[in-house]
Amino acid sequence: MRNLDKILAIVWKDLLTEVRSRELVVGMLVFAMLTIVTFNFAFDLTGIERAPSGAGALWVAFIFASLLGLGRAVAMERDKGSFDGLLLVPVDRGMIYLGKLLGNVIFISAVQLVTIPVFGALFDLPVYQPMLFLILFLGTLGIAGLGTLFSIMAASTRAREVMLPVLLFPLALPVVISTVRATTLVLTDRTEALMQWINLLAAFDVIFLTISFLVFDRVVED
Amino acid sequence: MSPDGRFGGSATGKILAIGTGVTMLIAIYMMFLYAPQDTMQGPVQRVFYLHLPLAWIAYLAFFIVFVASIAYLIKRNRRWDQLARSSAEVGLVFTTLVIITGSIWGRPIWGTFWEWDARLTTTLILWFIYLGYFMVRAYVSDQERAMRYAAVVGIIGFIDVPIIHMSVRWWRTLHPEPIVTQSGGPAMPDSMLYTLGVSLVAFTLFFGYLVYQKLLIEQAKDQVADHNLAVADREADEAREHSAKGATA
Amino acid sequence: MTKPQSPPETEEQSPVARIRATGLTKRYVMRTVLRGVDLEVDAGEAVVLFGANGAGKTTLLRVLSTLTRPQKGSLEINGLDSEAEAITVRGQLGVLAHQPYVYDSLTARENLQFFSRMFEVPDADDRIQRVLGDVELLERADDQVGTFSRGMLQRIALARSILHRPSILLFDEPDTGLDVASVKVLERILNEHCADGGALLMTTHDLEFGIRVASRVLVMDGGRIALDRDANEIVPAEVESIMGAPGA
Repeated sequence: MRNLDKILAIVWKDLLTEVRSRELVVGMLVFAMLTIVTFNFAFDLTGIERAPSGAGALWVAFIFASLLGLGRAVAMERDKGSFDGLLLVPVDRGMIYLGKLLGNVIFISAVQLVTIPVFGALFDLPVYQPMLFLILFLGTLGIAGLGTLFSIMAASTRAREVMLPVLLFPLALPVVISTVRATTLVLTDRTEALMQWINLLAAFDVIFLTISFLVFDRVVED
Repeated sequence: MSPDGRFGGSATGKILAIGTGVTMLIAIYMMFLYAPQDTMQGPVQRVFYLHLPLAWIAYLAFFIVFVASIAYLIKRNRRWDQLARSSAEVGLVFTTLVIITGSIWGRPIWGTFWEWDARLTTTLILWFIYLGYFMVRAYVSDQERAMRYAAVVGIIGFIDVPIIHMSVRWWRTLHPEPIVTQSGGPAMPDSMLYTLGVSLVAFTLFFGYLVYQKLLIEQAKDQVADHNLAVADREADEAREHSAKGATA
Repeated sequence: MTKPQSPPETEEQSPVARIRATGLTKRYVMRTVLRGVDLEVDAGEAVVLFGANGAGKTTLLRVLSTLTRPQKGSLEINGLDSEAEAITVRGQLGVLAHQPYVYDSLTARENLQFFSRMFEVPDADDRIQRVLGDVELLERADDQVGTFSRGMLQRIALARSILHRPSILLFDEPDTGLDVASVKVLERILNEHCADGGALLMTTHDLEFGIRVASRVLVMDGGRIALDRDANEIVPAEVESIMGAPGA
């Protein structure tokens, strides 16, 4: 219970900071929108391939926006040295990971909630489906799960902007594949193979959140 | 050659070197002269005796990285990191060779150098993961931090392998394209299996030899770094004493 | 307890405020920053640490505050092993570093509210009011910290570090950026802390201020403790000579 309150305190702090400074979500949102609009020129979005191309465009947009946001979130915390302040707190450092993760999930989800209706309108696809929101949540959890860990690692490397995508892209590939496939299936209303992908996504989330939680202490120590 | 100049260095090194040499010669003989010509694929099929052992050993290498990384994070003993980075480096080279031999094999069989087949794609992603492993090492200034970060990548990277493979395979099978069957026709004749077996032994010994040598080099590197640190500390002490004398004089 | 280094004092083992470090060693790639530092600070002591830049003061404080892990040596805080019981240990330390460890877009009060939740401070609201009063920031309590001057930032950082009533204070140059009045505030807080049986380890570049606060003075040089002396017996010139006389 005490740990839960501390996790929530970190989330509260991050949300309040973001509400006041608006440094993350607005930038991520504009970036995601621009990516989707740009993809409009790269793919033929009138034909039968609209759903798979659209699903791909959507997730590329979310992943790039997440990279932007994750990197920025840690940079803000590290630059002012306040990450050390967090490490001085009497709590299992895994809880700090969970707090930061939850904040990142909320930020990315906020971007998604605004992007999805726009995406649905631009690509003329049926986006208002509960299954799609489950996929969005699981995919976001996976990307943010590894992303939170790697963004903190990348922040103390030289070339930090390079290291985050170099680590996150190959290792989070299963999330990308399964979310894109699952999204395509939902958007084309083919649900037979859907559960297979959702299970893979859920398994990925469980495995990588657990590992990240366990190794976090070793990552943040000096 | 080991740092002290002797071939193979120690008894372990010698055994590995001699074992590799002997089995490799036998394996090469079997690959080219003993194993029969594949009726469908022709001589290019013989690359299989290199390709498959390389792939297995690459996985073995990354498994060793995985175990050594966990051990390093728990024990914080530098020896585990030396093992992990030695094995990772050999593994990365082997993975590169897997991709190259696969392309050589694939060109006449598939008609293209590259096919987005599940195994190839997984291998390519694997290659990128361990490239990231070495980039992390290169971009972190503090040695111990680099070791910890690399260990994290080594652990997550290896666990990722089956998940990547599964997701790529499902993705492929669901795609409306013909699936390329990889193995050279139906059940292999025994002579091919024997050749593969000997080749596998030869490459395992070769891998052991390379990792062992690499380990000696990494240990020597760390000793040099320790020595340089000791020298720098001593010089700093001397400079300080010198300036203290200058101040009192 | 068979530590050869520890002096033969027998009336020890009181659970109150003490730091006990032996052989702390921290190596980085280019040099060894701490070279076997032995240190004891007891309840009620105000130990002030001097030393030239690069002598290892900040690293020592980071090691003592559990932020940096030494390669060798052992550290006990209030009788607890700093690694095995790091979480409990962190709750008993009040750390003030070069960065203020506060969040710019939160107000002074919100920052303290956040940290009081993290440190499980009972009666948090009263306590926050109290420490804000102590550092004379009550009028600015509901302003965002990002608008604060350097001196005010240092005072909110001070408030943050004493918020959870830590028994041991680890302060790295707490007087930087403070005006004369604020230094008085700081001094009062430090004196009260030690009078209440707390321990203090502090670095500063201000020799006069440091000696005024100190009950014991340490001087670090090249990653070792070069001088350890009672504050009454300290000769400023001696400290200066170890630190390397500026401009000489």
